[in-house]
This record gives sequence, C-alpha cells and structure tokens, in this order.
Amino acid sequence: MLATQTAEYSVRNIVKSFGGAKALAGVSMSVSAEEVHCLAGENGSGKSTLIKIMSGVHAPDSGLITLAGKEFTHLSPRQAVNEGVQVIFQDFSLLPNLTVAENIALPTNILNSSRFIGKKETKKIAEEALGHIGVDIDINSPLLETSIASKQLIAIARATNLGVQMLFMDEPTTALTRKEVKKLFEVVDQLRKRGVAIVFVSHKIDEIQEICNTITVLRNGEVVAEGLMSDFKAKEIATAMTGSEIATSRIAPLLGKNPRTLVELEKLTSKNTFDDVSFSISEGEIIGLTGLLGSGRTELAEAIFGQYPVDAGSIKVDGKEVTLNSPEAALASGIGYVPPDRLTQGLFLEQSILRNIVAVGLDRQRSRWGSISKKKLAKIGSSWISELRIKTKNPSNPVSSLSGGNQQRVVLAKWLSINPKVMILNGPTVGVDVGSKREILEIIRDRAQAGMAFLLVSDDIPELVQICHKVLVIRHGKISKEFIDNQISESAIYKELN
Amino acid sequence: MRNETVLILAIVIFSLVIGSKSPEFFTLANLFDILRSSFVQLLFALGVLIVIISGGIDVSFPIVGIFAGYTAVVIMQKFELDGESLLIPIVLAIVIGTLLGGVNAIAIAGFGIPTLIATLGTAGIFRGLMLTLIGSSFISDIPIALDQFSTADLVKFESAAGTLVRLHVLVIPITIITILISLILSRTLFGRSVYALGGGVEPTRRLGISVKGTQTKIYLLAGALSGLAGILYVSLQRKANPYDLAGSELDIIAAVVLGGASIMGGYGTVFGTVLGVLFINLIKNNLVLLGVSSSWQRAAVGALLVIGITLQAISESRRNKRRRALSEGEVDSNE
Repeated sequence: MLATQTAEYSVRNIVKSFGGAKALAGVSMSVSAEEVHCLAGENGSGKSTLIKIMSGVHAPDSGLITLAGKEFTHLSPRQAVNEGVQVIFQDFSLLPNLTVAENIALPTNILNSSRFIGKKETKKIAEEALGHIGVDIDINSPLLETSIASKQLIAIARATNLGVQMLFMDEPTTALTRKEVKKLFEVVDQLRKRGVAIVFVSHKIDEIQEICNTITVLRNGEVVAEGLMSDFKAKEIATAMTGSEIATSRIAPLLGKNPRTLVELEKLTSKNTFDDVSFSISEGEIIGLTGLLGSGRTELAEAIFGQYPVDAGSIKVDGKEVTLNSPEAALASGIGYVPPDRLTQGLFLEQSILRNIVAVGLDRQRSRWGSISKKKLAKIGSSWISELRIKTKNPSNPVSSLSGGNQQRVVLAKWLSINPKVMILNGPTVGVDVGSKREILEIIRDRAQAGMAFLLVSDDIPELVQICHKVLVIRHGKISKEFIDNQISESAIYKELN
Repeated sequence: MRNETVLILAIVIFSLVIGSKSPEFFTLANLFDILRSSFVQLLFALGVLIVIISGGIDVSFPIVGIFAGYTAVVIMQKFELDGESLLIPIVLAIVIGTLLGGVNAIAIAGFGIPTLIATLGTAGIFRGLMLTLIGSSFISDIPIALDQFSTADLVKFESAAGTLVRLHVLVIPITIITILISLILSRTLFGRSVYALGGGVEPTRRLGISVKGTQTKIYLLAGALSGLAGILYVSLQRKANPYDLAGSELDIIAAVVLGGASIMGGYGTVFGTVLGVLFINLIKNNLVLLGVSSSWQRAAVGALLVIGITLQAISESRRNKRRRALSEGEVDSNE
C-alpha cells in the first residue's frame, strides 16, 4: 500500500481567503516520498489552512493539488483519505472512552464500510498496526489511561492502517519529554524509509533540525523560505518565521548589588517526590528549574505555592519562616504561580483587553461592600497596558483584535497584575511560536529589572539559557546540579538531563 | 469496583433489609410484580441510555410515549380500526414515536440546539399539540386486544399461600429487545459511533463518521422505543390518560445514571441500565414495606440520582489521579 519511490505530493499557487482576509496568498510546496518536510511558521501564518486544504477540510479558491501524479482542484475529506493523506492533529483526535484497540481499528471499519464490528477483528487490526511501526502498547486498556507519548504513537498506528502515503504531524512533540521525542523520531524515520512523505509542523527549531530533510517557512500566507534543511541555520529559520532578527543569545538582566533575598528554601522535602531541596531567590533574579517529567519539578513549584504537601524543611519569606499550606497563604506572602496551560490558553478572546487584564486580580479590588469600581479597574488596566507596551488604540477593544505577540502581553499582564514578589511560571512558552516567545521573555526581563523575582519551570532549555541567572536541574526529586551565569549552556544542561 | 457490581450489591442489601422486615417480599409473586412494573420503564430507559451515551440528554420521552400511546388509541377509535388486532395499535404507536423522535432529530442534528433545551422545548410542544389537537380526555374503553393483553400471562398459578402468581408474556419480547439493543451498541458501527460521539464530537467527525446522521438515528430509535413503551403502558394500565407519565423522567434518568451511564457521555451499558431500572423499582415499590410513606418516593429517587452522579464524579477524579501517577511512573521506569 505504500508509495513508490518517486511519488510527489505538492500544491501549486494555492490561494484561500476567509471573508476577505487572505489566509494563503499563492502558496506552493512539494514533498516527496521518503522525506520529512518541515512546515514552519508562526501562529496565523497559514500552516493549518494549508493542512486543511490538503486533507480536504477546506477547498482552495484557486490552485492545484497534485498527489502522486493525480491532479485535483480540491479534495473531499474522503478523497484525501483515499489518496493516502492523513493528519495527526495536536489533540490526536482520539476517543478517550474507547480502548486503544478500538481507536486504531474504528477508522479502518469506517473506511471498509463494515456495518458489524467483531471484537476479535478489532484486536487483530490494532495489533497488526502497532506491530507495523514496532511499538508495544496494551491494546485492551482504555485510551484515557495511556500517556501522551503513547497516544501519539497510537495516532500514527491508526494512520498507517489507513494506507498513509502523506502524513501531516501538527506539533507532535509539544507535550513530550526528550526520551519520548527520541522514540517518536525513530518511528517517524522508519515511516520515512518505508516511503511515506511526512510533513512535520513544529515550533521547536532544534527538533526540526534533527528530523527534517527539507523545509518550507510560511509567513502571512506566503512562502518566505524553502529548501534543504542543511542549508539553514537555526537563526535563519527563526528570522524567516518572524520576519525580524531574533536575539537568541544570553541576555540576563543585570542584578543589583547585594540584592535582597526574598524566598529561601531550606531542606524542603516531600515524601517520594522531592528531597532536601535548598535554594534561594533574590530580588530581580531569574532562576530556571528543569528536569524530566516525573522528576518532581512541578510538585516542587506547587509546594512553594502551597499546593503540594511538604513533610520537612522550611520556607522563609523575607527572612521569616512561613507555613504555606494553601495558595491563599502563598499569595499573601507575595508568591504567585501560573500553571502550564494558563499562559497559552488564558484569554477571553471576545472580552475587552481591560477586562482580561483585571480578570485574575478581581478579588483584591473588591471594596468593603464587595462591589468593584469600574474606574479603578480601568486605571489598573491602563497602567499595565502602558507598562507592558501593549499596542492598542482602545483598551475596550476585544483581545481578539490584537496581534499574537500583544495578546501574549495581555496574558502576562493579567498574571503580573496580582503583583507578587516572586512569580513562578510553569512552562511559560509551551506551544507558543518564536515571536510570542520572544515577547514573553522580554517582559520577564523587564519585570526582573524592576525587581520581581522569577522561578521558571521549563522543558525548553534554549529559553532557560537565554534568560536565567541560575539554572537548577532536578533529578529524582533532588537538585543534581546548579549552573550559574556563564556556566549556563544548552549542551551542559542537556548532558546533565540525559 | 465496577458500577454493575456496586449496583448488584445494593440490590442484594436492600432486598435483605426489606425481606427481614416483611416475609412476603421473598415470594415469586412479588418478584414478578417488580418485573411487570419494570417493562415499560426499561424500554424508556434503553432509549435514554443511547441518548446519554452519545453525550446528550432527553427529557421528552415520557411525553413522546404517552403521545404515541394515547394517539394510537384515538386513531383506532376514530377510524374504527380492528380492535381485535394487537399489532395495529403497536405499529401505530411506534410510527408516531419515531415521527416525534424525528422532530427531536431535526432540532438537535439539524439546527444544532443543545439536547436538553431541544427536548425540553419539544416536550412542551408535543404535550400542547396532544391536548389541543388529539384530545385531553381520559379513555377507559381502550381497544379490546390492548385491554386483554394486560392480562396475557406466560405463567399463572395460585401459590400455596393463596396469592395469585403471574408472569406477563412481555418478559419475552422485552428480553429480546434488550439483547438486541445491547448487540447494536457493542457490535455495530452505529453503536460504536454512539460511543464515539460521547467521547468527543470533533474527533468523531474527523474519523469520517457523520455526526448528524448518527444523531438522527439515535433520536429516531429513542422515539421508536418511547412509542412502544407508551402503547404498552396504555395496555398494562387498561386506560389511555394523556396526563400520565409526565414526571416519570426522573425515575428513568436516575435508573440509567445509577446503571453507570456517564452523564457526560461516552460510557454506559445495557446490563447496568437493566440493574438500574430494577433497583429503582425495588425502592419505589417497597419503601412502604419499610414503613416509609409513599410521598417520600420521589425524594428517595431524586436522592439516588444525586448520589449516582456524585459517585461518578468521585470515580472520575480518582481515575484522573491514577492517570497522572501512571504517566509519570512510565517516564521513571524508562530511565
């Protein structure tokens, strides 16, 4: 069922508009069998529109789609599947309530239009598909109970079962650990060798460079760069995506002389999760905390925010020992925490910029009578808009009217408006494109300069290298290594992690 | 522990408690009585089960049932159809039920109205239409075949104690329908599509399953089952009262939820629903034997519904915790 060696999958001059706005303005891209092609671009650059056109969800306004020699002006979803085009969406499109076996076999049943479904047949289809890509997952367990990495592999197995010849993978590594990414890349490489054309959509430039052979970069619906991966440097890809030079070198803001220590952890221990953790955060300091999933990094961050039980050790704030047994207590002591998905998903898009900014701190703006003064809110909102340089003509416009980078500033403003002394950000840039990431890091630098201290819990080593004064690596619940200032480098941290 | 196991335990414990208070509980006559009162409810419950698995909720089924049953009788009389025939009114009711289910399907699949609101609205419409256009008066002289069917017993004898023991012939067709629905849900593409829909609308659409088509089939089937339930209700009661059945949605939905169907969609079994219906009937019919006034019945069933949903929420949060522990443990073991 797999493609012949020379098979080509391409689009020519694809134009697609949505209500006047051009999503794609004459895009051409070509992928051959046995090739992993990178499709890069910021949010809103037209990547997903292109995927939807090639998988038959949208019909292009004009242009030509060529799949292994057959030409189409547009595709239906069924046609796309018949021609071997498969998409693995970011959410995998799997059904949590069914078993692994059913998730793999159900699409095959639909494709074969089989009205009746046998349990044995289902298991057979699933076992074969997983065997095909060399993965071992318990097919009888409910999908709900499998890890994200397994879900990714299950989605791939499902696609191969449907005779995949061209496979789109939409940001497949977002939630994976290094180890899982490695396994995924092995499977991808194996598919490639068997003649599948793979289009890999990702923001992570180091990963793109590792797995992809060729690349197309989209910006504002146009191809701005394309060619062999080996011809591009990381910086050139980032520049192409954003249209401007992005500083990726280390710029940690200057620390004041003898900065005041804000928070001090002493031998903090929680049974089975972290053990004997001691470090301190000073005014204006940015500390990075990294480690593999399950290393205890999230639990440690939650413990400092009073959300995770502590068995031994102490936390001092401003030199005084405190008991942080609830988020309220932590907030009262001046410690803020933003969990992983909040920064990237935390906007009410149709509400005004102003309302979004004050949404988190509402509680503290209450008067004695429980009422909230609109004037006061407007003042707070406006001050953040100028402080974070959010570009808008009118603060009561909906957030959706802002560009991606400015939206990101609104999200941060929202959390910063509670004005903690120490802000813990967990995975602040997960799933964020290069441009927005730059904005976030810039704001963190700004705030640190103004005296706020940060603890960044992150997987993204380059980002930690760019901004941190100190990086702590946690392994099996213990701080295994501490990098300070010029000791901080990507290679050193990766080495410590693996 | 599985939901079904919990329910079986609850049934056993409740039976022992009642049995210890009143010896007549453990008689064949009483068992058959519970079965008899469960037939109609089970049919309704099977329709509701399918709707709930698909992620929806239906509150129009009691009205659909009585609309179909009452209208079938009215049609029989108005057009002087053969009163000796059992088949004609049953087919009529099923057709009417399916049509009303079709109206639900148009509202839900066609216009995309949320299921609770759609069925709440259609329930009002159906009820109004029935009372104004079909009739609002109580009919006691239902067609002869329907009337006689109420006493069509498969087994009938007098026990040693002198009570009449009767098992209605409906036990056979109801069992067949129940098994059929179970097979449809577990072994057909339609059945699995229902579960898929409950697991997520968008992934289901991307699988190539027609969401609207599946929803349409679901509400047509639920309508047909409600229609059948309605006419059987009329037959067993030996009267057609358009004001009946209203309010019975509480019992049925409670039974389906206690039977393990997730109110969020995606989960539920026919076996669990059968147990749920039996349990609710056990409670309703026997609270009196425990000295609890019958006016407390509704409160008791309502409390069971709330308890059932609470248990679901608790087990869901446990499952989430386990999943978290599991996915992190996996990484550890790989190191």
